[in-house]
Amino acid sequence: MLEIAIKGSKKYWIWIGLLLAVMGAGFAVYIEQFINGLAITGMTRDVSWGFYIANFTYLVGVAAGGVMVVIPYYLHDYEKFHRITILGEFLAVASLVMCLLFIIVDLGQPTRALNVLLYPTPHSMLFWDMCVLNGYLFLNIIIGWKVLEAERNQVKPPEWTKPLIYLSIPFAIGIHTVTAYLYCGLPGRGFWLTAVLAPRFLASAFAAGPSVLILLCFVMRKVTKFDPGWDAMQTLSKIVCYALIANVFFFLCEIFVTYYSKIPGHASHINYLFFGLHGHNALVPWMWTSMTLMFIGIILLIIPALRNNQTLLPFTCIMIVVGTWIDKSLGMISGGFVPSPLHHVTEYAPTLKEIIISLAVFGKGLLILTILFKIAAKVKEEVRG
Amino acid sequence: MKKSRRKFLKVAGISALGIGMTPAITTFASSESQGTGTVDAVKSKNAEVFSAKRWGMVIDTSKLTDAIAANITDACHKAHNVPDFNHEPDKEKFPKTSPVNHHQEVKWIWKEHFEHAFPDKEDEFLAEKFKELPFLVTCNHCKNAPCVQACPTQATFKREDGIVLMDFHRCIGCRFCMAACPFGARSFNFRDPRPFIEQTNSSFPTRTKGVVEKCNLCAERLAKGQQPYCAEASQGAIVVGDLENSESEIRQLLNEKYSIRRKQELGTEPSVYYLM
Repeated sequence: MLEIAIKGSKKYWIWIGLLLAVMGAGFAVYIEQFINGLAITGMTRDVSWGFYIANFTYLVGVAAGGVMVVIPYYLHDYEKFHRITILGEFLAVASLVMCLLFIIVDLGQPTRALNVLLYPTPHSMLFWDMCVLNGYLFLNIIIGWKVLEAERNQVKPPEWTKPLIYLSIPFAIGIHTVTAYLYCGLPGRGFWLTAVLAPRFLASAFAAGPSVLILLCFVMRKVTKFDPGWDAMQTLSKIVCYALIANVFFFLCEIFVTYYSKIPGHASHINYLFFGLHGHNALVPWMWTSMTLMFIGIILLIIPALRNNQTLLPFTCIMIVVGTWIDKSLGMISGGFVPSPLHHVTEYAPTLKEIIISLAVFGKGLLILTILFKIAAKVKEEVRG
Repeated sequence: MKKSRRKFLKVAGISALGIGMTPAITTFASSESQGTGTVDAVKSKNAEVFSAKRWGMVIDTSKLTDAIAANITDACHKAHNVPDFNHEPDKEKFPKTSPVNHHQEVKWIWKEHFEHAFPDKEDEFLAEKFKELPFLVTCNHCKNAPCVQACPTQATFKREDGIVLMDFHRCIGCRFCMAACPFGARSFNFRDPRPFIEQTNSSFPTRTKGVVEKCNLCAERLAKGQQPYCAEASQGAIVVGDLENSESEIRQLLNEKYSIRRKQELGTEPSVYYLM
């Protein structure tokens, strides 16, 4: 089916060229990082993870969000998701490739990355994260490809894909749970040390993933002849609504525990994020923007007339994507590191070079997504036509 | 090959027992002339120096002054080739050195005020004298080290004698250990450290960019029957010895005076004690 990807309109090739240009620029900057080290980033001794790991965390969520179409379709035979299930799976593939790339660009010694395989260490959560992320990636590639191929040939997908599909469901939950465990198992970081972190990650993932998917459905309707179906998009928006409410609810639980107990180790981080600490308040406007966007998002999705408005829905989804991104990327990582274990406040902001490298990773993800979605759309068109 | 190097590190202490016995004694005999109380104490308990069930450190806060603390940091950092970002790189050897970000510095042992060394014990009515005292902080060589648990490649590992060590050649630079450490003891080489080493000590490795490092409790010196650099420069304020040996000097010190450890409530069991 890959041959579909090399036949396209002029616009298609301009888009591909644009993505390649972004990737090229980022690669050039990455060469500099490779030679000179991570000194070119805004990361410091106190804030030792930054933009790369933040985006990694968010994209693990987007990948896990794909399961929100897999469960209704494969477990509940929800037919309306028939046409978009493949999109969810391919979105997961592109997101996971970006996740792995963000890990690689974050490493101080990327050429030694395979040491994780050479010296497998089960007591390290990073080892398990590697296992589930790669596992989920391969599951989605195999399932997505085989099911689409069967659809093209107008036969049933091979029987052996069924157990893999069922297996992919716990894997989806697993990738984000283990990613949360990277943070919430660390004794000295009060902000992350909470059992609600993994559930909160999942809730925000199930809001962000389907939101991205709805946006992609709008794009598909615009640039291809394939229509994912308004019914499916409406169901997705309801899923986003519930998940977003759960995310905000978990956050408010966190706020209650922190401020009612008044334990300073916990509160100092949230104080920093929302009110500033010792005069440092770079993230304050961001955090309030995030909260506002998520609250407005909930309102726009709860009221049926607003949720079912086709012009409004893409904007609602953009607000939710931005809101959850600030919440889980920017706030989650910086919030954990500031103040430092010695209660010093070192603020973090990514450098331009760091952002360019990150954009290149997004470019790579979008390239994969474009190719996979193009193939999917073409196959669906062929079958219908 | 990597396996054998690891093994070497692990048994280094033990093998030094046999080989290093005589030179170690002479080392102490010669350093005795410097007349520090610590060395005297160590000399009388030679067996303890060569091996320990669990190495620990006692810092007598009453004996530390700003000047001594600065000497300690200096002695440790110079001997271990820790880069000093205030050092102007040699323009001929390193022509293209970009400006430094001091927040990306490397440090193994350094001075903090009480409220930063013990943020959980912050107290507005704390005795004034403690507010001004220098508190030296470093790796605690925790019994339950979170960094060892977090490291995905076992580049950070715990030796049987309690010392938490780093294999600079295995570290992939993921910095998970830095997130895991509740004491901020670890530093990452954001850049090549070599331009910022004034005089390289050729008996200790320099590091490369992209790896994490921290205090190694002078494992290389303990293996030779020598006291760590910090203890040597401390004028008796720092004593290193076997925590599990009730006869050891540090156990006697802990018996005599009230001591605290950093963030005890986290259960990592730090091996560094502060006498108050």
